[in-house]
Amino acid sequence: MNWDLVWSSFGPLITGAVTGTIPLTLASFAFGLVLALVVALMRLSPNWLLSGLGRFYVSVIRGTPLLVQLFVIFFGLPSIGIRLDPWPSAIIAFSLNVGGYAAEIIRAAILSVPKGQWEAGHTIGMSRPQALVRIILPQAARVSVPPLSNTFISLVKDTSLASLILVTELFRNAQQIAAFSQEFMALYLQAALVYWVICLVLSTAQSAVEKRLDRYVAH
Amino acid sequence: MSLTNEPARQPRVTSVLKARGLAKAFGSNVVLRDIDIDIRRGQVVALIGPSGSGKTTVLRSLNGLEIPDAGTVTFGSGDSSAELAIDFGAKVGKREVAALRDRSAMVFQHYNLFPHMTVLKNIIEGPVQVQKRPRAEAIAEAERLLERVGLADKRDAYPFELSGGQQQRVGIVRALALKPQLLLFDEPTSALDPELVGDVLGVIKELAEEGWTMVIVTHELAFAQHVADEVIFMDGGVVVERGPAAEVLRAPRQERTKLFVKRLQHDV
Repeated sequence: MNWDLVWSSFGPLITGAVTGTIPLTLASFAFGLVLALVVALMRLSPNWLLSGLGRFYVSVIRGTPLLVQLFVIFFGLPSIGIRLDPWPSAIIAFSLNVGGYAAEIIRAAILSVPKGQWEAGHTIGMSRPQALVRIILPQAARVSVPPLSNTFISLVKDTSLASLILVTELFRNAQQIAAFSQEFMALYLQAALVYWVICLVLSTAQSAVEKRLDRYVAH
Repeated sequence: MSLTNEPARQPRVTSVLKARGLAKAFGSNVVLRDIDIDIRRGQVVALIGPSGSGKTTVLRSLNGLEIPDAGTVTFGSGDSSAELAIDFGAKVGKREVAALRDRSAMVFQHYNLFPHMTVLKNIIEGPVQVQKRPRAEAIAEAERLLERVGLADKRDAYPFELSGGQQQRVGIVRALALKPQLLLFDEPTSALDPELVGDVLGVIKELAEEGWTMVIVTHELAFAQHVADEVIFMDGGVVVERGPAAEVLRAPRQERTKLFVKRLQHDV
């Protein structure tokens, strides 16, 4: 094994993480959460058209592979005249994907808040949107942190799929170095290690957030 | 010093609320038939009856938490300006429901405090966020009310740190802070441990003495007799008997009322 090469490869891998994997994850998760909240509210709406649309969206996203979604957007859309660069394609695909999964999490979290909380909000004069924002969502947030963290951590690893549409990120850098050095085992294990470290940091952050949101419940 | 200084500014004598012909069914299950209620300024009305009698539904209708299928509710001092009339038979919009909630405040059986807010924030949420009153003024008012119910030191506590009785007293203060014309209590002591009931009833009794207008759904007959001006006994979605507390509870005329009162007294 070429230890010099292994050692010097960490540089490009970490660069790939910092300039590719991490921003891709953060942007997609942020857009995805906004989308998820909208879809969750659509699904909870008494309007059958809105809830039907929400249900359809969730069903399509969860019922098709992420890789296929990514390819449809990057390789498929140009044939109907929509040509997107690798980065926007990846962010759109991952955001849509997170939106589908997180919508169900947020919907369930909203439903988990007791009905009496809505009523208490109404009785002090709040409208539905006001009660949602001030009373329900803060409580739903606490419930949804563990499952949303799961989605977030999955997303970190899923972004490696973006290497297949030529986004320069952690895994693509690993592939390129492996290809010319033939050190496949070393490079892919190194890539795995970097992903793992990122996820360890995220798990720690998750515990901190959970602890903060738990300050108002009995233990 | 009084617990609150609100009712004094309101005109006396006239009725606060008039409900006529309230009716409601959930599917084929009829919960209210043709309920009439009059509540005068400063009056305390106790709604009693077996579970499923519809008394809680009546109370919730007065706050727009249930929308009856038919009937009318008229709110106001009788001198025209503050009049509000809602016909549940017609389409009831958000504005009507908001107007109803503007005039009444509810205290729940299970307190329903906001668990993610401190005691103080629970109380000032309505005044500041909904009524748009100055924050400093709302805080001062909240602190004064907390002091009066003996919870000044719990200002920054979260609801889970309080006993049931303390939570319910905060629930009452949260309702008072809205300065409503009408206070609604939905079995305010039913979820409490027996030794905590007294504190909460004590606070309600003080409010009655200060002239607050209140409707109380309760199983505490002794308490009802003590604080209520009028007792309404409901069963099967209808008003079976109504009258001065002492009459209805001590010498009921209707068979069903007699049975109910007897059974509850035996339970204790």
